[in-house]
Amino acid sequence: MTTATATFDMKEIKSVITKPISDNNPIALQVLGVCSALAVTSKLETALVMSLALTLVTAFSNLLISLIRAQIPSSIRIIAQMTVIASLVIIVDQILKAYAFETAKQLSVFVGLIITNCIVMGRAEAYAMKNSPIPSFFDGIGNGLGYSAILIVVGTVRELFGSGSILGYTILHPIKDGGWYQTNGLLLLPPSAFFVIGLIIWALRTWKPEQVEESN
Amino acid sequence: MSANNDSFFKTIFVAVALCLVCSVLVSYTAVSLKDQQKANASLDKKKNILIAANMLDETTDVAKTFENFERKFVDLETGKFVEVGNAETFDQRQMAKDPATSVIIEEDTARIKRRSKVASIYLVKDAGKVKTIILPIHGSGLFSTLYGFVALESDKQTVVGLKFYEHGETPGLGGEVDNAKWLATWPGKKLLDSNAKLALELVKGGATKDTEVDALSGATMTTNGINNMLKYWLGDDGFGPFLSRFDVDKGEA
Repeated sequence: MTTATATFDMKEIKSVITKPISDNNPIALQVLGVCSALAVTSKLETALVMSLALTLVTAFSNLLISLIRAQIPSSIRIIAQMTVIASLVIIVDQILKAYAFETAKQLSVFVGLIITNCIVMGRAEAYAMKNSPIPSFFDGIGNGLGYSAILIVVGTVRELFGSGSILGYTILHPIKDGGWYQTNGLLLLPPSAFFVIGLIIWALRTWKPEQVEESN
Repeated sequence: MSANNDSFFKTIFVAVALCLVCSVLVSYTAVSLKDQQKANASLDKKKNILIAANMLDETTDVAKTFENFERKFVDLETGKFVEVGNAETFDQRQMAKDPATSVIIEEDTARIKRRSKVASIYLVKDAGKVKTIILPIHGSGLFSTLYGFVALESDKQTVVGLKFYEHGETPGLGGEVDNAKWLATWPGKKLLDSNAKLALELVKGGATKDTEVDALSGATMTTNGINNMLKYWLGDDGFGPFLSRFDVDKGEA
């Protein structure tokens, strides 16, 4: 490998990691994976575990699919991708059940539903099938981080204003425990994540107007 | 992608190879993590028993508190205590499947088809006297079988608490059986009404009597399921004979 291609690789890798966070966010711009973003963000802890799980699955599914991309017959490529993704998701689910039982119980079906998360499929089909393994791996990391960034913001807002705490530590002392803060029950319900994600998209598109879709 | 990838044999070969590799990976993970998962599930069950007995707060050491729990085995038909071969491996769910250790339920209100002849219960004692009786219950809700415990005071008819440790009901609707606020409405409820008939049930539109608990809103099927399993397990085919036989002061049945 020459120096020139190596620097190109580094640049490519840097761009595939950072782009999905603000420029091409899977949730905010592509509006993918919203279902799980609604379901697991009522507490920051579950949002973090879900982010980690999705990032790992996307990264490794991209890596593995990219490794075997030259061998996959195009007629069964989608189901081949699904097989790889489903296996990884089951492995992640088993590991969570063994080492993070409480959180795994709260995440319930949503870890299993990573299989159907469009972000994972989308990256496998759009990036990993056409690129070499290392950039694909980092593309998975990048998109996982983009998903995580939104989940963490939504999870923080919902837990802080919905229960007055962050990661279980009380920040705003709720009235029901003798404090002063009236908790916002709406934020504990899934629809509130729609509002928070909507506000994030609004803020993001004000900051980067090129993300606004043409209306004509 | 070269064109020969799409040949018949290559397609079959890739599909089979991929499935083999993936299945080996998945089964290896599942088998190697099984013990850890079992330990977690058992700790979680103990925790839920403590919740049912109203004995869990943030500082509780689950394993240590649980040492004070006395496990007993009840022959449901006679209501007598019985000894079992190996208490450690006693698995009521497994036994309910085996025709030799189970019976077919004739009036199957809880919709569970068979039940184990022997059930495992827990007693909490305070200064040698029985303080709390913890009974396992299970039955069908909407999607899943709910497994839980109901804890009774030594008068055998006041509820100490109720908790399900395993279910697959809809999160947010039937899944609200885990809601701490709802669970907190159970303590103090009575099993029997003034005519000494089993009356404990969930009611819609607000509980007014001490045998009534608020139903779960938006979860009629789960609510019915809980009513049915209470009726079955606390009734004559369930723990009824045991409850009427059990001598709290002596701790004998």
